[in-house]
Amino acid sequence: MSAEKFSNPVVRWIDHRLPVFSMLDHEKYDYPVPKNLNYMWNFGVLAGLALVIMIVTGIVLAMNYTAHIDHAFGSVERIMRDVNHGWLIRYIHMNTASFFFIVVYIHMFRGLYYGSYKAPRELLWMLGVVIFLLMMATAFMGYVLPWGQMSFWGATVITNLFSAIPFVGESIVVFLWGGFSVDNPTLNRFFSLHYLMPFLIAGVVVLHIVALHRFGSNNPIGIDAKGPQDTISFHPYYTMKDMVGIAMFLLLLAVAVFFFPNAMGHPDNYIPANPMQTPAHIVPEWYFLPFYAILRAVPDKLGGVLLMFSAIFVLFVLPWLDRSPVRSARFRPVFRIFFWLLFIDCILLGYLGGMPAEGIYVLLSRLATAWYFLHFLVILPMLSVFETTKPLPKSISEPVLATARGVA
Amino acid sequence: MANTNSKPGASDVDGHEPDRRDFIVVATYAMGAVGGAAVVWPLIDQMNPAADTLALASTEVDVSKIAEGQAITVTWRGKPVFIRHRTADEIMRANAIDSAELRDPEEDETRVQKPELLVVLGVCTHLGCVPLGQKTGEVKGEYDGWFCPCHGSPYDTSGRIRKGPAPTNLEVPPYSFLSDGVIRIG
Repeated sequence: MSAEKFSNPVVRWIDHRLPVFSMLDHEKYDYPVPKNLNYMWNFGVLAGLALVIMIVTGIVLAMNYTAHIDHAFGSVERIMRDVNHGWLIRYIHMNTASFFFIVVYIHMFRGLYYGSYKAPRELLWMLGVVIFLLMMATAFMGYVLPWGQMSFWGATVITNLFSAIPFVGESIVVFLWGGFSVDNPTLNRFFSLHYLMPFLIAGVVVLHIVALHRFGSNNPIGIDAKGPQDTISFHPYYTMKDMVGIAMFLLLLAVAVFFFPNAMGHPDNYIPANPMQTPAHIVPEWYFLPFYAILRAVPDKLGGVLLMFSAIFVLFVLPWLDRSPVRSARFRPVFRIFFWLLFIDCILLGYLGGMPAEGIYVLLSRLATAWYFLHFLVILPMLSVFETTKPLPKSISEPVLATARGVA
Repeated sequence: MANTNSKPGASDVDGHEPDRRDFIVVATYAMGAVGGAAVVWPLIDQMNPAADTLALASTEVDVSKIAEGQAITVTWRGKPVFIRHRTADEIMRANAIDSAELRDPEEDETRVQKPELLVVLGVCTHLGCVPLGQKTGEVKGEYDGWFCPCHGSPYDTSGRIRKGPAPTNLEVPPYSFLSDGVIRIG
């Protein structure tokens, strides 16, 4: 049956024995996608592209990097100055890391706005949160590898989070370090894990896609496709639409790599690590700042750590906090206002995370942190009960056809 | 070119005439291929020797302290270089053989700049082992030069291969005399 699909006899011979071409064909042509997806649906593909760029440039960088406290900083500088095109490869790796987070944050807010986490896509959403957690761990360990001041003190601060755990905290930290401070064993294991975890991410991405293809993409209206009239094939329609997003993504990435390569980094990381002196004002990479602000908002060591991790774990239970049967914010006027308030709150937390922990910033951090949890734990469950939603269209095609008829 | 009424022989495998769309598709793929190659090249080229590696490509050696009959080993590009101050007897034996009989025919005088100073790469031309014969007491092989213990290749007092599996003579690296007693290899 599938044998007739392909004109190339070699493809036909292989496909008969190993049906990879049929599988690709199936995903490309037979996979129905709602026909009303907007450009917000580009960001999953862009995240996948960012992962591929990170793995390819990372493997190449590992060929030139030395995971030893005496040589790590020098080997990174050697990559920047002496290795052929090393500066380019490292700047691509650095900036794609930031772009990866930008893309994933947009992807997540897309999911929040259009209710993509709701039944039957709860596991799809939760796998996404797992990917996000793995990304944060990978990015953190990658930032340690150049062994600059921010690397060293970032590693010290983040690993010390675990010392907040009662009774066993100190032992856990010694275990993480492989010693009594962040030192060579720490750097070695971080390098090993930094190399391993992207492949774990790739594995979870496969599960994410399997879960996605079970029910297909959500869409801006948030109602299920009722039949073939509501869908189009992935190829060529969405491959082409994704290409537009990919071109834009690569263009912006190139602008960052070639004109502002260090804009999203911190200059202190070009100072070699010094275990005897902490920089006056240490901040994590920008993509951790909202969580960093939550950590600092609480005047209690264990409380801060718990709240910071809760900020992510609350996303796991989101499908059960928001019980409204309407997915898309287009038909939820009150939810839409709170969505944008949450968005502003997250930006504010990011800004506060980069400011010194003193004066007005502390108060604002506390208010913003309180709002973050209020949104998920109180507002969303209450909206599910009290919000009056707008009437949903009967199908994805209906609003389009209605407009067309109105014009005619 | 894009004329759909051109001669029938120009039709492609699908049986239709090449049109503007075909041109755009081919041009797009070609552009993609060029872009792809431009991206792949830096990722491959980074494996070539880096600037600092290339900067270490020459070594200066003071050869004035080497006594007659003595040999020293220096490192050049991560490989051993044998420098031997040959005795009159060794020079005579290197010149005694008719080079046409050798596996890799080379006159001794083409392999040295000063007859008493022989400079060769200490890397067996078979599979890259370091031959014995530099240190006092090491086996020098039946031709009194060097002997590679890995697969049994004896070299003579001019570093030329005489028996065994190695195909060519020990390589003479490029070097020049900076002064009477100092050479620069590379």
